Amino acid sequence: MSETVLNNPSIKREDSASAVDQSYMNMDLLRFTTAGSVDDGKSTLIGRLMYDTKSIFEDQLEAIEKSSKTRGDENVNLALLTDGLKAEREQGITIDVAYRYFATPKRKFIIADTPGHIQYTRNMVTGASTANLAIVLVDARNGVIEQTRRHTYIASLLKIKHIIVAVNKMDLVDYSEEQFNKIKKDFLEMSSKIGIEDIRFIPISALKGDNVVDDSERTPWYTGGALLSNLETVEISNDHDLENGRFPIQRVIEAEGFKGFGGRVDGGIIKVGDEVVALPSGAKTTIKTIETMDGKIEEAFPPMSVVVTLNDDLDLSRGELLAKTDAQPESATEFTATLCWMNKNALSVGNKYILRHTSNEVTAEVVSIDDKLDINTMESVNDVEDLKMNEIGKVTIKTSSPVMIDAYTKNRATGSLILIDEESNETVAAGMITA
Amino acid sequence: MQSYTLTHLKQLESEAIYVFREVVSQFERPAMLFSGGKDSIVMLHLARKAFWPGKVPFPLIHVDTGHNFPEAIDYRDWLVEEYDLDLIVGSVQGSIDKGTAVEETGTNPSRNGLQAITLLETLEEYNVDAAFGGGRRDEEKARAKERFFSHRDEFGQWNPKNQRPELWTLYNGRYNDYEHFRIFPISNWTEMDVWQYIAQERIALPSIYFAHKRKVVNRNGILLAESPWNTLLKDEVYEEKLIRYRTLGDMTCTGAVLSDADDLAGIIQEVASSRTTERGNRSDDKRSEAAMEERKLQGYF
Ligand SMILES: Nc1nc2c(ncn2[C@@H]2O[C@H](COP(=O)(O)OP(=O)(O)O)[C@@H](O)[C@H]2O)c(=O)[nH]1
Ligand SMILES: [Mg+2]
Repeated sequence: MSETVLNNPSIKREDSASAVDQSYMNMDLLRFTTAGSVDDGKSTLIGRLMYDTKSIFEDQLEAIEKSSKTRGDENVNLALLTDGLKAEREQGITIDVAYRYFATPKRKFIIADTPGHIQYTRNMVTGASTANLAIVLVDARNGVIEQTRRHTYIASLLKIKHIIVAVNKMDLVDYSEEQFNKIKKDFLEMSSKIGIEDIRFIPISALKGDNVVDDSERTPWYTGGALLSNLETVEISNDHDLENGRFPIQRVIEAEGFKGFGGRVDGGIIKVGDEVVALPSGAKTTIKTIETMDGKIEEAFPPMSVVVTLNDDLDLSRGELLAKTDAQPESATEFTATLCWMNKNALSVGNKYILRHTSNEVTAEVVSIDDKLDINTMESVNDVEDLKMNEIGKVTIKTSSPVMIDAYTKNRATGSLILIDEESNETVAAGMITA
Repeated sequence: MQSYTLTHLKQLESEAIYVFREVVSQFERPAMLFSGGKDSIVMLHLARKAFWPGKVPFPLIHVDTGHNFPEAIDYRDWLVEEYDLDLIVGSVQGSIDKGTAVEETGTNPSRNGLQAITLLETLEEYNVDAAFGGGRRDEEKARAKERFFSHRDEFGQWNPKNQRPELWTLYNGRYNDYEHFRIFPISNWTEMDVWQYIAQERIALPSIYFAHKRKVVNRNGILLAESPWNTLLKDEVYEEKLIRYRTLGDMTCTGAVLSDADDLAGIIQEVASSRTTERGNRSDDKRSEAAMEERKLQGYF
């Protein structure tokens, strides 16, 4: 039942004995991205996942039924559900990342749907930057191709811990175990050089629905479970850095008789009483309280947004970072990073940019481009003059004042950066700090 | 070992708080667009959390069409008082009087289209460089590509062809003269998340979100409320029905849905089994019992 507030009939607030079923409110959240070549079936797969989990509404379904008919498709074309993309292609618009949502009783899912063209590496990087997991689609007829390697490499570069290789269109190879095993072997051979923690292989047909939501009877030789049950159960609880205490200060929070520091825990488990050091100043203190509007808490972990108060009155501001004294980041004015270039104006040595790292902003100069990845051969090329749009390379960066860095492989938050063009204010590069 | 995970609602909450703090630090004059609907009510709740125990450090902007549900205005005024907020009201009537907006002609003029004019005028008047909105990416296809920090050019236009890439949570709010940003802190929320969060946080809502009796007329399948701005057409009559609102807008165009959901548990049940998007305003009449059963059977709700 609802009660009224302040005897005001216009306003209702639920009383504490709410009848809402709590179990569905305690789901966890998995963010994943899709990769694969054009026509491997990404759109069909996402459509299938949403359709089979009843995440498509009647008016949306009617709309795609109608356009399927207009197009002369035999069945309802599930790809149309996500394919604002198709229209984009026809209109020649820059193809972009789109986000989709669905939920099961176990988890809520956020899909970063990235298009598969070679030239859109930057979109894949964008989608992968926030993902816990990547589904790499492989056409069962074609097996591991260049694009598979490229996307797997990007996923590993962005430190996505979990990869599901969905061998799609199994219906077109008679659900052949042999073909599936061959693809698996080829893939593992390729990925062993890259290094990914968790790789699974699933034979599917996005079109017919085999092993997408329900286990298929046509692949009795496969026992790893359908795609959805893998998505629902993959262990993601320790995908964050829980070792190295990191709390970048976003904003000083003041109220009468109160001064605290608002921010998000970007690493480690921060507890009341912990000894911390403010960087770059180097002042040491201890955590007095951890506050939220719902009350004080004893500990906070990634990615919680909280307010901390300190036992010493330090004059700290945005851009500084509180680190636990037992595991401090490096304070650096020169370091190397892998950059994915995202702008039509290429990067040349000597260019200056604004560098954003956690809540900190400094001026930066790229002092050298050390190598560039040949996305076709996956080999690095030395003797590089510039980095063009969608190219990936290793650079050395100098900053005007120190930044508190970790290697990206250690901490995704304190190991990542973006470069911003000072003139246009556009975001021109994504960077993963290497040392 | 204890598992350090957050529920989906806690993760979405933390993400929104992070966005609020970024914006207030990166921009000079942010403001929140407050429609009085559930999305903006949730957004305000998150803003309070972001700056607590401090005050919400920016004003709310309400575009008043003059065609509001009285409950929505009561709610707004209660909220402002209760949480010590600053409110700016942009008046569509004001724009009409000034001559910058022109009232529709005909029997039942809607001021829906005029809101944008008043909004832009208000943003300009207060020099707002970042306007928070309650848009969600699940609402429609075009929104699926919207950024958290959505850049608007000097003409206030969104250019979906040339959006800034948004990597990790490193948001870039830098802009050139005359440009500004729209900010969507609840981008990643679905309609269900919003309702679950309202239940979890015991957030007060305008009462018209809950089932109540009201006189409505069925016009082209949309149940319109009796109001001073609605003139009955030939052969139309008002009938009293048990209804509630799924979204809030002007009385002249917001359709009610037949519903007996008078508490959040009921509403959440209804959202779960609904087969139409909240935007597809074909009333929930079409909702079949079978749909509800289907979902229950499959364990989705
Ligand atoms: N036979 C078969 N065709 C498929 C399967 N999945 C996708 N397709 C077809 O492959 C084509 C490309 O699919 P689409 O989803 O648009 O690929 P995308 O470019 O990766 O998004 C379409 O004609 C689909 O119907 C499958 O499992 N089996
Ligand atoms: Mg596609």
